[in-house]
Amino acid sequence: MSWTPELALILALILPLIGGVGVLALGRNPDMRETATLITAGTLVLVVIYLVQVSGQRPEIIVFELAPGLELKFKLEPLGAMFAMVASGLWIINSLYSTAYMRGNNEKNQTRFYFCFTISIAAAMGVALSGNLLTLFFFYEALSLATYPLVAHKGDAKARRGASIYLGILLTTSIGLFLPAVFAVYAFTGSTDFVAGGILAGATGPIAGSILLVLFAFGIGKAALMPVHPWLPNAMVAPTPVSALLHAVAVVKAGVFSILKTVVYIFGVDYMQTLPAADILAWIAGLSIVIASVIAMTKDNFKARLAYSTVSQLSYVTLGAMLASPAALLGAAVQIVMHAYGKITLFMAAGGVYTGAGKTEISQLNGLGRCMPITFTVFGIGALSIIGVPPFGGVWPKIFLMQGAADDGQPWMTLMLIGSTLLNIGYLLPIVIRGFSRPGSGFSPMKPGNLPALAWIAPLITAAGTVALFFAIGPLIDFLTPVFTTQRAP
Amino acid sequence: MTVGQWLPTALAAHAPVLLVAVPLILSTPAAILRTGRAGWAIALSGALLALLCAVELFLATRADGAVISYALGGWPPPFGIEFRVDGLNAALLLLLTGAAVLALIFARPSVENEINADKRSLFYSAFLVSLSGLAGVAITGDAFNLFVFLEISSIPTYALIAMGANRDRRALTSAFNYLVMGAIGATFFVIGVGFLYMATGTLNMADLARLLVDMDGDRVVRMGFAFILVGLGLKAALFPLHLWLPGAYAYAPSFVTVFLATTATKVAFYVIIRFSFDVFAIDSGFVVNALTYVVTPLAIAGMIVASAQALFQTDVRRLLAYSSVAQAGYMMLGLGMGSQAGVSAGVLHLINHALMKGVLFMALGAFAISYGVRRIENCKGLGMMMPMTASAFTLGALSLIGVPFTVGFISKFYLIQAALAQGWIFAVAAILISSVLAVFYCYRILVNLWVTPIPEGRRDLAQPTPYLILVPLVGLALANLVFGVHAAPLVDIAETAAAAAINAGTGS
Repeated sequence: MSWTPELALILALILPLIGGVGVLALGRNPDMRETATLITAGTLVLVVIYLVQVSGQRPEIIVFELAPGLELKFKLEPLGAMFAMVASGLWIINSLYSTAYMRGNNEKNQTRFYFCFTISIAAAMGVALSGNLLTLFFFYEALSLATYPLVAHKGDAKARRGASIYLGILLTTSIGLFLPAVFAVYAFTGSTDFVAGGILAGATGPIAGSILLVLFAFGIGKAALMPVHPWLPNAMVAPTPVSALLHAVAVVKAGVFSILKTVVYIFGVDYMQTLPAADILAWIAGLSIVIASVIAMTKDNFKARLAYSTVSQLSYVTLGAMLASPAALLGAAVQIVMHAYGKITLFMAAGGVYTGAGKTEISQLNGLGRCMPITFTVFGIGALSIIGVPPFGGVWPKIFLMQGAADDGQPWMTLMLIGSTLLNIGYLLPIVIRGFSRPGSGFSPMKPGNLPALAWIAPLITAAGTVALFFAIGPLIDFLTPVFTTQRAP
Repeated sequence: MTVGQWLPTALAAHAPVLLVAVPLILSTPAAILRTGRAGWAIALSGALLALLCAVELFLATRADGAVISYALGGWPPPFGIEFRVDGLNAALLLLLTGAAVLALIFARPSVENEINADKRSLFYSAFLVSLSGLAGVAITGDAFNLFVFLEISSIPTYALIAMGANRDRRALTSAFNYLVMGAIGATFFVIGVGFLYMATGTLNMADLARLLVDMDGDRVVRMGFAFILVGLGLKAALFPLHLWLPGAYAYAPSFVTVFLATTATKVAFYVIIRFSFDVFAIDSGFVVNALTYVVTPLAIAGMIVASAQALFQTDVRRLLAYSSVAQAGYMMLGLGMGSQAGVSAGVLHLINHALMKGVLFMALGAFAISYGVRRIENCKGLGMMMPMTASAFTLGALSLIGVPFTVGFISKFYLIQAALAQGWIFAVAAILISSVLAVFYCYRILVNLWVTPIPEGRRDLAQPTPYLILVPLVGLALANLVFGVHAAPLVDIAETAAAAAINAGTGS
């Protein structure tokens, strides 16, 4: 078989599964097992890099057909290629980090952990490369199911309860709202394909379209639009690498990516402008941004604060999708990348603090930065990127979104984004300040050598990534612009 | 393929009667032989022969509108008893005999585990009578004869359920419950048939259909339909006439539960289709109203209430039994739409539901043999100890929920399409609510299977699942996947069946 984009597409889906089998087979030998994960992740990154380069050709594959217009279908396009690149690229860094974290904390059932991780990545690839809503839905559900054992990893009552809430909310919203929306799209148009310019325009009126949009926005619970966000803080019972890759990158980004993809390829940019629900949902997203930030300020638990921060940051993407102007959509897409790098850095730093010093609460951190300066420095870089300070990548989505809001004639929305930035400063920077401040009474410094090297090298790489992305914005815009300016095919 | 191409002509010509007679005749040697293995061998060969006949009939009725009419004893219908096979009941017969064969393969280890040695041959004998009765119900074209077969199938079933008393004495009360309810159902049915006979003077179903066309407003005929619907509703466990079912499924021997769950209520469901759409023409305003305003609301209530009840069960089989009541609601919903698409979706779900519940109950049977598991909390850690069986169970559960690329999804897809075509948004909502509930009750079991650790001491008891269970179990589980991906054959069967039911009724 010769090397074609179609083959690469299939490989990107199958590689993680093969890796999963390898992990299971090598389960008795931890070093070999982690090597299998790393080799798989490395190969996957190479394949995805190739896919990014050929994404302009939009190769597609129909695996089989259930009914006319209802197929298992994969199709490569720039948005999906971007998401696949983010997920696979960060997977390899996260795998390095997982090795340090899981061993450093003597976690049990590590083979199951790495196996479920590969399956989750396979599902994320399926979401990224899906060619129609049915395929997207299938992999979306697969992702929920595959991550469940990871969230419940500790196996105690607290972990099981958190995982149950996690799965319960995600499955209920997806089956109760997302699935009927898929069926409705099929009933209206006879197809669920992702087509440039959308397929719904002309098939439904503004009211039915609005209802559909609401179903998608809340049915895709992984986007954590309030009030369907509680699964995300509850998922924080998982080990930190899971929170870092899945609940800052793969799972949550699969959610907002699905919303973005649906808006762009099912609704279409022009049709979105005619929907009254789009404005309402934009406001709900705006309120989610502010309310979640306020809640984040009240949380003392390190990971809980980051979780609410994620809820807030995800709504940037939803907001951009609902505004649906080219600038806002570009901001939404760029936010997927930038937030991924920023937030994974923060989570890995938080995990480093837990592994190295056993601290989980922010109020315990006073002075710890003096013992682990690199961890706290990279945390500061991640935080600055999330806040949106140059020269870190996180500044771009905010600029594009503000521009999009202004284009849309919504100055209040711009103010809301500025307010959110202030709140970001309020809940992220104090952590760094505490770290470098004078130790309080009862401070127990960490023992040297407690923190494996990989646990600070990995966040250092992603922190460097946020800087690199600041400068790489030009090519990224060139890559994404065709998606948002393609007009509906005549 | 036409009749007799692959079977000897004489056999092929008499396939309809052999299908019923062979199991019935073999039940006697099975009872006399007094050893379990011999009884099993006879029962299996009886079921295989029946399957052979069913395949023959199925192939012969593939063509559109093909009908096989067999006059018993050479007395031509409508005077004698007629066996009549069309696209609808040919599919059902295939399902019935196929399920019987698979269940019997599963039976040997299961029955040896659960039934005392001296009763095993009688057990298989009773099973053969029951199979013969069910086949008779499905194949006969005579309304009174149908009643007789209904009783032939029911009476041994009561005995089979009561055999579960070895393990749990509650099997006796459950069997008695079923006996009382089943007897009432059969009585209602025969009263209904009596009304029809009073009004028309015939018992042949095709003849009835012809005569009933002109008697739409007749009150006696309407009474007849009402009695028949209620009587069969009891047999089909249509909510709220399902009260016998959870106990019967939960306490019967595993094999009996597998067989009942895949066939018995399905046959009753078939008879409801036959009477609603074929004997009473669907254009009849009375039948349409009954379907729309009685059957549909009850179906929806069953889908939701029974699913909710399933959430609170502690016994695994009871949980799945409530789920079966809810799934019967899906089939009735399809029927209640009164459209060809609806009936087709209902029949499709009938087949698919047999596939999923077959897997689920067989897997539970395997758990019961290996570890005596009956309650949900006892499923802990089984995923690690019996990975094949637990995986098959998981696949069945996913199919029950309706995950895409399983047969459960296909069923729901066609049901929802049929509901949308009718503009029944409420039905779509009911299907989705019921699916969400299914997620939760399946989740309760799956978490115990896979996530909770193996309890202390159980690891020492480990014993492998017998191959005779694994083979049909894995086969059925794969069928859930294969027909979920490649749905065309089953959809085609269901559409032919629906066309047969409805076209026969409208006389075109």
